[in-house]
Amino acid sequence: MAKLKKVAVDRRNFLKSAAAGAAVLAANPGTVAAQQAELRRNDPLTMSPKVETGISSNVEVLTADRTGSDFMVDVIKSLGFEYVCANPGSSFRGLQESIINYGGNKNPEFLTCCHEESAVAMAHGYAKVEGKPLLVLAHGTVGVQHASMGIYDAYCDRVPVYIILGNIIDETKRMPGVEWTHSVQDAAAMVRDFTKWDDLPISLEHFAESTVRAYKIAMTPPTLPVVIVADGELQENPIPADAKFHIPKLVRAVPPVGDTGAVAEAARLLVAAENPVILADRAARTPAGLAHLIELAEALQASVVDLGGRMNFPTRHPLNQTERNRALVAAADVILGLEVGDFYGATHSYRDQMSGRTFHSITRPDAKLISIYANDLYIKSNYQDFERYTEVDLPIAADAEATLPSLTEAVKHLINDDRKRAFQARGAKLAAAHQKALEEARDAAAFAWDASPISTARLSAELWAQIRDLDWSLVSETSFVSRWPQRLWSFDKHYQFIGGAGGYGEGYGAPAAVGAALANRKYGRLSVNIQKDGDLMYAPGVLWTAAHHKIPLLSVMHNNRAYHQEVMHVEIMAARHSRGISNCNIGTSITAPNIDYASLARSMGVHGEGPISDPKDLGPAIRRALDVVKQGEPALIDVVTQPR
Amino acid sequence: MNILHPKRSRTGVALRRGLAASCWCAFLLAVTVLVFARRAAPAQQSSPTPGMDNASSGNAENGKKIFVSDGCYECHGREGQGSTATGGTRIGPPQIPLEGFVSYVRQPALRMPPYTTKAMPDKDLADIYAFLKTIPLPPQGKDIPLLNK
Repeated sequence: MAKLKKVAVDRRNFLKSAAAGAAVLAANPGTVAAQQAELRRNDPLTMSPKVETGISSNVEVLTADRTGSDFMVDVIKSLGFEYVCANPGSSFRGLQESIINYGGNKNPEFLTCCHEESAVAMAHGYAKVEGKPLLVLAHGTVGVQHASMGIYDAYCDRVPVYIILGNIIDETKRMPGVEWTHSVQDAAAMVRDFTKWDDLPISLEHFAESTVRAYKIAMTPPTLPVVIVADGELQENPIPADAKFHIPKLVRAVPPVGDTGAVAEAARLLVAAENPVILADRAARTPAGLAHLIELAEALQASVVDLGGRMNFPTRHPLNQTERNRALVAAADVILGLEVGDFYGATHSYRDQMSGRTFHSITRPDAKLISIYANDLYIKSNYQDFERYTEVDLPIAADAEATLPSLTEAVKHLINDDRKRAFQARGAKLAAAHQKALEEARDAAAFAWDASPISTARLSAELWAQIRDLDWSLVSETSFVSRWPQRLWSFDKHYQFIGGAGGYGEGYGAPAAVGAALANRKYGRLSVNIQKDGDLMYAPGVLWTAAHHKIPLLSVMHNNRAYHQEVMHVEIMAARHSRGISNCNIGTSITAPNIDYASLARSMGVHGEGPISDPKDLGPAIRRALDVVKQGEPALIDVVTQPR
Repeated sequence: MNILHPKRSRTGVALRRGLAASCWCAFLLAVTVLVFARRAAPAQQSSPTPGMDNASSGNAENGKKIFVSDGCYECHGREGQGSTATGGTRIGPPQIPLEGFVSYVRQPALRMPPYTTKAMPDKDLADIYAFLKTIPLPPQGKDIPLLNK
């Protein structure tokens, strides 16, 4: 017999299963009355069951061995979720209890989050390392409102995040007060514009089918967030102990591969080209994608520009020409875009002046543009993340990673001896250009080398010196530190870089880093996070989550003490109006007082050190923090830095 | 003062967060507009524009203050080292004459905002230029062990 529930909050399970209830009463006729008498003794404020519910206690069923949420956990387990991230909420209390007790708090393990947006961002970072989603639970009202920014980021970044929302559909079952404000007609509505699919199951069989279906949908390129609403009644109502519900087998759809004729034409254009350029953005969904791109690039001896949506191409590969991006695009006769989110921006210049916001193509008039882009198969209207329409000559609506093998095969088939010689000569020139770019990056890094605040180049170099011999994974974006890691470090594994937020929403960085570190933990990898100060202040509670769940992560603050992006936008306006250019720190700086991030970290159980503003102190501080992280704990170093 | 330069123009980014997200490539175009040779000889002292102090008469100490208070460092870094994230070109030390420096600030190419004499008087620009001239060239990257890992 399960434990007694408090009478005052029981509003669901009486008379829900007459047969089961009768059986319970028949077996234990005195138990219920005795339990209630005990409850009344311990809680003098509790009214009698008859007064509270209007139903005599001698017919009530107050416990159940099995509820709908237990079966929901069976379904969840069938999908292989390792973790569930959530800030606790009563609308999914049944599911939470079933996860930790019925499910044994393992696969999934419940991770306590301090904000729903952090929970989603953790799932976002985790998925990009692990290649599959973890589960997020949230209230269908206040929870999903907090979570929405994180969901939008995952949507823009094409990441499969799986969210279950609690809700109470039947108004006659809601508690007075808060449960009404935490109930909604259509819980998924507010995020439907930026999720791929959602459903509100009304039976357990329906829940099983939709939950498995949602997983399949989320994982089919373009991978995207999905939402299932778990009704409170469905969670908490008892089910017969011998009830058998079918859990559908998860089947995974084969990713969409480019049309054979289109792929052949793309191969023909690429092989014939004298200056082909491959632009890769979110191309490598998995490690296989990286390997496929290397094979194609080497077959063609073509330039690769990694736009940084994922870890697409090794930074020290001689064909990596990322630092020459615009010059190469301008000279290219064929440009192949692989999952490029903004092909228009990649091929145009933009001017933001009073005289107008103008675009100009930077490509040759005769340049042929080819795209392989899964988003051509799926697009929504309201949110405008699809960027400007691009006049692509050969748009292939397909998943790039899945299409690359057939494209490479077609390319190899077309390469004759003449082309092979031409490719070899091209490859030699590109290798020399790559080496030159590396040397130029090192020379550029030398400027402001000893500056205080510390330059982002120095920060990156100091960090690299300490981690380069370890199995590391950079779990933060790098555009805000001038991409120094990519310019100075050697990246060659897929998990070594995970791209950015997608929706450019602040508050993603810290929790995504923790989520990625969670995925890296079981592989023994060192997770490294260059953490923006403004981003951390959105929801710093994720530091506590990392400490509480012992997620090893080295965070190095990029503490430039401002929302520098916005400073510059205000500066543009002030300069345009010829006024107040010295006032642009108003509303954009994060000073007076300066935030003590080391103390903030320590307050949440994370090793904290700093602020460090002398570059000579940085290396030793990183070594000390690494000693902590190697013991399986998070650590944070506060580094006062130059703006970018 | 910001000297912004063209960027790979991800439209949505540019409108909201874009100055950082993709400006690394802007540098490549920027240098075609305003060439700062990495290891060129020290900048020549050109004839100042009429009514403007010569760089040598600029007040470097005041220029350093203005460089921060007017926000030049936001894009160019506190030592004028530049940033591919902002598109702010490396200007410390300057590799063009004062006259060209001022001319560019008044009528910048592409995305850098224009600074009028009302917003930034010639005297302030001369002081900033004088400050930038005090910044020494660093050693080459190959001579810094940490940069050769």
